[in-house]
Amino acid sequence: MNAGRSFIEMTINGEKRTVQAPPMKRLLDVLREDLHLTGTKEGCGEGECGSCSVRMNGELVNSCLVPVLQAEGASIQTVEGLASNGKLHPLQQAFLDCGGAQCGICTPGMLMAATQLLAHNPHPSMAEIREGLAGNLCRCTGFIRIFESVIAAAAQDVEQQAQETPHAR
Amino acid sequence: MRGNPDAHELVAPGSLPAVLAMLAASPGEWTPIAGGTELMVAHAAGKLEARKLVSLWGLPGLRFIETSPESIVIGAGTTFRDLRADSTIAAEFSLLARAASWIGSVANQSRATLGGNLVNGSPAADSSPALLVYDAELELISVRGRRRIAYAKFHTGYKRNVLAADELLFAVHLPRRFALHQQYLRKVGTRRAMAISKVALAATASMEVGVVSEIRLAAASLAPFPARLHQTEAALLGHALNPETINTARHTLLAEAQPIDDIRSTAEYRRRVAVNLLDELLLQLQPERRSQ
Ligand SMILES: Cc1cc2nc3c(=O)[nH]c(=O)nc-3n(C[C@H](O)[C@H](O)[C@H](O)COP(=O)(O)OP(=O)(O)OC[C@H]3O[C@@H](n4cnc5c(N)ncnc54)[C@H](O)[C@@H]3O)c2cc1C
Ligand code: FES
Ligand code: FES
Repeated sequence: MNAGRSFIEMTINGEKRTVQAPPMKRLLDVLREDLHLTGTKEGCGEGECGSCSVRMNGELVNSCLVPVLQAEGASIQTVEGLASNGKLHPLQQAFLDCGGAQCGICTPGMLMAATQLLAHNPHPSMAEIREGLAGNLCRCTGFIRIFESVIAAAAQDVEQQAQETPHAR
Repeated sequence: MRGNPDAHELVAPGSLPAVLAMLAASPGEWTPIAGGTELMVAHAAGKLEARKLVSLWGLPGLRFIETSPESIVIGAGTTFRDLRADSTIAAEFSLLARAASWIGSVANQSRATLGGNLVNGSPAADSSPALLVYDAELELISVRGRRRIAYAKFHTGYKRNVLAADELLFAVHLPRRFALHQQYLRKVGTRRAMAISKVALAATASMEVGVVSEIRLAAASLAPFPARLHQTEAALLGHALNPETINTARHTLLAEAQPIDDIRSTAEYRRRVAVNLLDELLLQLQPERRSQ
C-alpha cells in the first residue's frame, strides 16, 4: 500500500523549507535524506539514546519518534543551526575545548539538549545538567567531560546567545 | 524489522471536532496518535499494526490545564513537561509532578502526553498510581457527547479500557482536596534516569491520634493494569498503626498483589519490593492530621 506523499512546510534553522514525504516518515529521515542535514544522528531509533535530538518549537524532541506531519508548520533547530556567521556556538566551542566530544556520534544530540537546558536555565547546577542530558547516551567520554563542557559554556554566559537563537522560548 | 512509512496513512484534521467526526464516520478504523512515544517506538520495530492514524498532537482543545476552586482539569494532550511546569500541580498534586519527571528524558517528556500514558495502559505507567490515589476522574468525548467515569474504572484488563471505538480521552479531573493529606510515591527501577518501573507504590492518607482515618493505595506492576489496593487499604483503615496492623497489612498486600514475571523483573521480586515499599510508607506516616 502506498499512503501517498504530502507537502510539508517547516522552518528549519530559521529558513522556510518544503518537503514532499509520506506523513509517517520520521522527522529524522526527512532531515537527513530530504534536507541533507546529516548532523542529526540515529543511534537507537526508539527514543532511548538522544542522538537524534532536535528542538521543535522551542522544545527538545527525539526526531526518530516524530512523524514528519506532526512537524508541519513547526520551527525546527538542528545542530547545523547552532553556529552563526562562521562562528561556533559557545557550547560547541566548550565541547572542543573541554574534550566533550570523542567519536562525535552523540555530540549533535548532546549539543541540542544542552542548548535547550541553557535556554531555560542559563546557570544550571550539576544535578540539573545531569537531568537535562539524561536522555543522551555517550559511549566514549564517560560523560564527565560533557558535563564540564556545559559548565564552561554556562560560565561564559550563554544567556544572551540562547535568547538570540530564533527558536528559544 | 524497521517500519515502512509508506504503509501507514497519517492525517491531521487540526481540530478536536474534526477528529471526532472522523472517528464517528468509521468507528475503529482510525488510531489516534498524540506524542507518538509509544506508537512510533512500535513503528520503529515494524510492529505498528494501525494502518490509519489521526494526529492529536498540538490540538489546542486537548492541551490545557484549567484550575478552579474545586478541581484541576488536565487535557489529555497535555505533555509531562506541561504538567511539571504547573504550580498548582506542584503544590497540591506533588505525586503527579514527580511521576511526570520520571517519564523518560526531557525529550520524551516534551512529547509524551498524559492521555497517551493512560490509554496505552501499561501496568507500569508512571502517572497511574498517582492519579488513582487522588481519586481522578476521566472525561471521555465523542460526537455523542461527553461522559465521566472514575479513573479506577477505566482499565478493564491488560491494555484494555472502556473507551468506545469512536471515543477519545478528553481530560483528567483531580479534586482539590488532597493538599493536607500525607502523600507517598516511590518507584523502583533499574536506574534513576529513564527506567520503566519494576514496581511503584503510591498513597494518600490521613491520620488521627495514631489511627489511619483515610487511606488510598495504588501500585504499578502489581496487576495486569494499574489498580488500587483495596484489600490492603481495608487492613489499615480505622486501625492504629501498631506492629500487629502493619503485619496484617503486609500479608494482605502479599495476597492481593498479582505481579507477573517479565523482562524487567520477576513476580517474587516485585512482591518483596512492594512489601518493603509499604513498610517505608507506614514508617513515614505521621500520627497526627496535617494542619494548614
Ligand atoms: C525512551 C522512553 C522512555 C519512556 N519512559 C517511560 C516511563 O518511565 N514511564 C512511563 O510511564 N512511560 C514511559 N514511556 C512511555 C511513553 O512515553 C508514555 O506512555 C507516554 O505518556 C505516551 O504518550 P504519547 O502521547 O506519546 O502516546 P502515543 O504513542 O501517541 O499513544 C499511545 C496510545 O494512546 C492512544 N491515545 C493517545 N492519546 C489519546 C486520547 N486522547 N484518546 C484516546 N486514545 C489516545 C493512542 O492511540 C495509543 O494507543 C517511555 C517511552 C520512551 C520512548
Ligand atoms: S535515535 Fe532517536 S533516541 Fe536514539
Ligand atoms: S563521543 Fe562517542 S558516543 Fe559520545
